[in-house]
Amino acid sequence: MAEPIRVVHYLNQFFAGIGGEQEANRPPDVVDRAVGPGKALEAALGGRAVVVATLVAGDNYVAERLAEAVTEIVEHVASFRPDVVVAGPAFNAGRYGTACGAVCAAVQRNLGIPTVTAMAPENPGVDLYRSSVLIVPTGESAAGMREALPALARLALKLGAGEPIGSAEAEGYLARGMRKNEPAARTGAERAVAMLLAKVRGQPYRTELPLPEFDPVTPAPPLRDASKALFALVTEAGIVPQGNPDGIEARRATKWARYPIGNLDDLTAEAFTCVHGGFDNRFVHQDPDRILPLDAVRALEREGVIGRLHDWYYVTVGAGAPISRARTFGREIAQELVQAGVQAVIFSAT
Amino acid sequence: MAKEIERAGIPTAYFTAIPAIPLAIGTPRTVPGKAVTNPLGDPSRPIERERQLRRRMLVTAIHALETPVDGPRLFEPEG
Repeated sequence: MAEPIRVVHYLNQFFAGIGGEQEANRPPDVVDRAVGPGKALEAALGGRAVVVATLVAGDNYVAERLAEAVTEIVEHVASFRPDVVVAGPAFNAGRYGTACGAVCAAVQRNLGIPTVTAMAPENPGVDLYRSSVLIVPTGESAAGMREALPALARLALKLGAGEPIGSAEAEGYLARGMRKNEPAARTGAERAVAMLLAKVRGQPYRTELPLPEFDPVTPAPPLRDASKALFALVTEAGIVPQGNPDGIEARRATKWARYPIGNLDDLTAEAFTCVHGGFDNRFVHQDPDRILPLDAVRALEREGVIGRLHDWYYVTVGAGAPISRARTFGREIAQELVQAGVQAVIFSAT
Repeated sequence: MAKEIERAGIPTAYFTAIPAIPLAIGTPRTVPGKAVTNPLGDPSRPIERERQLRRRMLVTAIHALETPVDGPRLFEPEG
């Protein structure tokens, strides 16, 4: 018989049975067996896989220093050489769901190990991580544990065995917003006409191309006094230092970055370039201020029209970005800006 | 992305040469860019005139940032 698949399971302090909010500041800890829901998970894995370790961390510990805590957790994960990492289920616990998503995303990115988690569709962790992480939908509370675990186990076994994962609908995870081509028996024209006929007859039909939903936002209150405010520059137009040190992709970028401009009054063509795909970058290569207007912002800063410019600018490439990913990047950048005390943003797009 | 920064409570002036998109998806404060290839510049102008243009665009952005809005709105440069 083949070696059992090695699973590392991530839990918060509550589900690990350590305690509630009073224990939420606990740093990551390792237990070398299945704990709490991990026991039921192991049962659902049916002997084909074994939980070699459970990582437990407090909700607040992780939420308050997400990047740092996730790095610690990923180091622990690496030491167990798992075939797959399972996180949660987190149900509708926001901090826990966010932690599960962040741990899964980091394990995939840094260790190349597949992951799967589970949480309620309304969990903020879903919006943040659904584009990159497999998330099995669950009920709102732990009452949904019995339904969540078999689906989680089934995906964990497939991932751990290196088997291909089918569509969201077939496999029972939340759609990541990816499209995969597949052969169809009938041409697009025939399928489209069939859909149209169903529509005009008032019969049910299903689009092959669901449109993304654009959620409304409450605008931020206006700036009271620009001459006293801290401004920041953000762009989705791919202005990066020459050499593109973080390797931001020209299309469908998987990352954003920040770069220092505290000592600069102008973006020169020698020092900066544009890696955004899909448009003619010539004019921007000549003068990157044509997208990221540092020279003009500095002039306004000197004259006291604006207070001060933040020492970093933030950048990604928007070309081909799925909305869910843009949303995630926006939230991550916003979080840094809020922490830095930024009060106004100049955002430039192509 | 601009919507998420607004959602976090920071007013955000969004420059784009395609204002229809942010207006359609509900970005609160949009300022029209000059062109897709040079949203905040104009290579056909002499450098000083181009700098003046960029400055005017930023003044429009600051006006947008200081204006209360209750939905997606386009801020055209004055004059």
